[in-house]
Amino acid sequence: MNRREFIKISGLGVATPSMLLSGCAPRPLPGDGKVAVSPTVCDICFWKCAGMVHSEDGEPWKITGNPDDPHSMGRLCTRGSGGLGAYEDRDRLKQPLMRVGRNGKDSFEPVSWEEALDFIATRMRAIGERHGRDRVALLSHGSGGKHFERLLKAYGSHVYAHPSYAQCRGPREVAFALTYGEGVGSPDRTDMQHSRCIVLIGSHIGENLHNGQVQTLTQALDQGASLITVDPRFSVAAGKSDHWLPIRPGTDIALLLAWMNVLINEDLYDKDYIQRYATGFEQLRDHVQPFSPEWAYLETGLEPGLIRETARTMASHAPASMVHPGRHTTWYGDDTQRGRAIAILNALLGSWGRKGGFYIQEKVDLPAYPAPKPPKAKSDWKARVQADFPLAPSGLSQAVIEAAIGPDAYVKGLFVYATNLPLTVPNIRDRLQQAADSLELLVVVETQPAEITGYADVILPECTYLERYDDLRNAPERVPSLALRSPAFEPRDQTKPGWWMAKALAQRLGLEEYFPWKDYAEVLDWQLQQVGSSLEEMQRIGVKMYPRKTPMYFSEGEERRFKTPSGRIELYSSLLSEAGYDPLPRYTPPQEPPADHYYLIYGRAPAHTFGRTTNNPVLFELMPENNVWINPRAAAEHGISNGDYIRLRNQDGVTSNRIRVRVTERVAPNAVFMVHGFGHDAKGMRLTHGVGADDAALITNVKIDPIAGSTGMRANFVRLLEA
Amino acid sequence: MRTYAMVIDTRTCIGCGDCVVACKSENKVPVGLNRDWVVEATSGRYPNLRTEFRSERCNHCSHATCVLLCPTGASHQWNDSNIVLVDADKCTGCKACIAACPYDARLVMHPEGYIDKCTFCHHRVEKGLDPACVSTCPTHCMHFGLLDDPGSDVSKLLLSRNYKTLMPETGNKPNVFYLV
Repeated sequence: MNRREFIKISGLGVATPSMLLSGCAPRPLPGDGKVAVSPTVCDICFWKCAGMVHSEDGEPWKITGNPDDPHSMGRLCTRGSGGLGAYEDRDRLKQPLMRVGRNGKDSFEPVSWEEALDFIATRMRAIGERHGRDRVALLSHGSGGKHFERLLKAYGSHVYAHPSYAQCRGPREVAFALTYGEGVGSPDRTDMQHSRCIVLIGSHIGENLHNGQVQTLTQALDQGASLITVDPRFSVAAGKSDHWLPIRPGTDIALLLAWMNVLINEDLYDKDYIQRYATGFEQLRDHVQPFSPEWAYLETGLEPGLIRETARTMASHAPASMVHPGRHTTWYGDDTQRGRAIAILNALLGSWGRKGGFYIQEKVDLPAYPAPKPPKAKSDWKARVQADFPLAPSGLSQAVIEAAIGPDAYVKGLFVYATNLPLTVPNIRDRLQQAADSLELLVVVETQPAEITGYADVILPECTYLERYDDLRNAPERVPSLALRSPAFEPRDQTKPGWWMAKALAQRLGLEEYFPWKDYAEVLDWQLQQVGSSLEEMQRIGVKMYPRKTPMYFSEGEERRFKTPSGRIELYSSLLSEAGYDPLPRYTPPQEPPADHYYLIYGRAPAHTFGRTTNNPVLFELMPENNVWINPRAAAEHGISNGDYIRLRNQDGVTSNRIRVRVTERVAPNAVFMVHGFGHDAKGMRLTHGVGADDAALITNVKIDPIAGSTGMRANFVRLLEA
Repeated sequence: MRTYAMVIDTRTCIGCGDCVVACKSENKVPVGLNRDWVVEATSGRYPNLRTEFRSERCNHCSHATCVLLCPTGASHQWNDSNIVLVDADKCTGCKACIAACPYDARLVMHPEGYIDKCTFCHHRVEKGLDPACVSTCPTHCMHFGLLDDPGSDVSKLLLSRNYKTLMPETGNKPNVFYLV
């Protein structure tokens, strides 16, 4: 029976009497109207799931996952399902704004696009003439950042950093690259759906809602895989685990060394794999001898028996046994060493390149649109901006900001694309203000009036991902695929897509030749034509799969060359040794909390992506504020009850906003936990303004990783104060 | 009578709330109201703990007291099934159903003046689709189907796994099952 027939039949029994009584027609059901569907790639987080945007009778209705999409497998997460809120947010930026000084006070005034872009181009030319064209930097965390990267490279400036490196994934990428010659990448190349044993270390998948990670982890659990979770907090993942190891904060490397000790001394490691592929085993074996489970017990608080048992469990399922590299890994400042320990442990299990461990990624060989290549960098900006970190492969956001301070600063102009630096980079507000005061040009490209817009000379309002084209998603995955983001709606107000802004600026700077197309649809269609598709086809299907050209795993007994100096998996790192760092992971005991202080642990919630979704009305409704989790024993000591508001003061005297208490056993008695991304003080974000507390403001003890240059954020402690 | 059931695996549910958001957009539920919600229940003392997440909604009871007690006939069971619906045009907003529901599963009050609730997305079910919450769940912990069909996913799961329902002692015969 189809729907229409049903209405006819049931109409006799149910709807008709009410129609007779009230004289009105049956209420339409969702989807009864005229439904239009267009493909998108979600931009609410960086997993980039492909979905379908549905409108009914011209009104936005819902976004669902694209069933063909390998990132989402047809299911969007909480945030992706709430993506329409980004479009509907009434607080969005509406027109270009420029800083004006009036009566000794700065404020922002609406200007035309012409005026805003002319101003930027004039300032860029002035910087070029006065200081050189290589002095305009880009800090970006979003899909459209690519357009500005191209613009600035065409102009002659290569200074570029994204906070997803130094504030997030950096140390693990460096650690895996040092060991295997390549990083983990995004989406993470974990083959969890085939794993028989998964080890999570401080990685709270399920609260951190990276879609494919959640789906493959639960698939593994459904198939009976063992889950071992290391976390001082009873995370959601801990609650699904066979073994939860409630470790003392900051002692992870001690545990990892003890696990290696057991695997090696009990002869449980993959000897064939190590012999065939690795170098430095003897040094590693000698190095881990002192680190018995009994030694680790004193550091971690974890029973030696439990450490042995979990190591044996891992070994029994190897190589389908994966120690997850984590994602947000900037914790204690020795994060590259912890990442190395995880990489080495995986090598002992033989999981890299093996089914149930880490697969080999592949993407589509997609030609770039025919346009001149931007000129090569004329100066070595990294030598000027981040000379202390020669092994850091990417720009360091905090170093770029530092390099913009003072009259002799290297960076003279700065574009900030879709990254709310004050809540993203720890303890940065003062330095950011000084940079803003020194810079000759600070452009912020944003969709919402976030804190960062307050530092700008010019604010360029971008339309949301639902109103624009961006580059095709061509992410390295288990199966190569392309996905299209196309506009579902007309841009609201005077907002524009990033590609339009970059091209309009290029025209003003005499760089048109680098943007030789009319609009971005033309670029996408050309690229798609080269790989047997078209924009027209992709508008219909959204995602297109391509066959793999290489195997997904190492084959049995295969000889391989790794992209390390030795061509082998480097258990002992020659690069670290040459650069004067510990070539084998070293454990550094963490700082202890001062008297009356608690460890400050922060993390993610499934309803939000950092601070960028807290003003999304749909997601705000699901989770309007963050709580501070306090163990009942600690709460009793302080006379604090569930639902009370308190403030947190850190070891350096910084006091937080008011934050509501959640009394729960799920956090250790010596620690507190809060979700990152709240405590906005930007007045324009009316829903979220002043709601909850900002963990980034409490992170004043920033532990810079000497190898990756990343900002360790977990060495901070708080006291509990009355609100 | 056909019996539709929802089977939710608490072992894989992570309490992410995707079911809540998907329901709201699919069914255009007004701001401030929700037809489904997530409960987190933690027991034990650190570090010996257990947490259960449950996505909850109307249980579409086989013996639905809300239908029995509705004075206007607005609350009814759809199309010879257990799916409980409210006919907005017949509902006077008297709230008798709210008092009659042991699960507090009804929304007070749709801005248009009637009591609103979960429909098991019957508009999708009749097209052969799963309810919106089930079809979006990123952990695949939610299952939907006919209890009368021994070959359905839900029947098979209830045969092979331990499960519970909420407050079975009411005698309402709820049709949302939780695998434990």
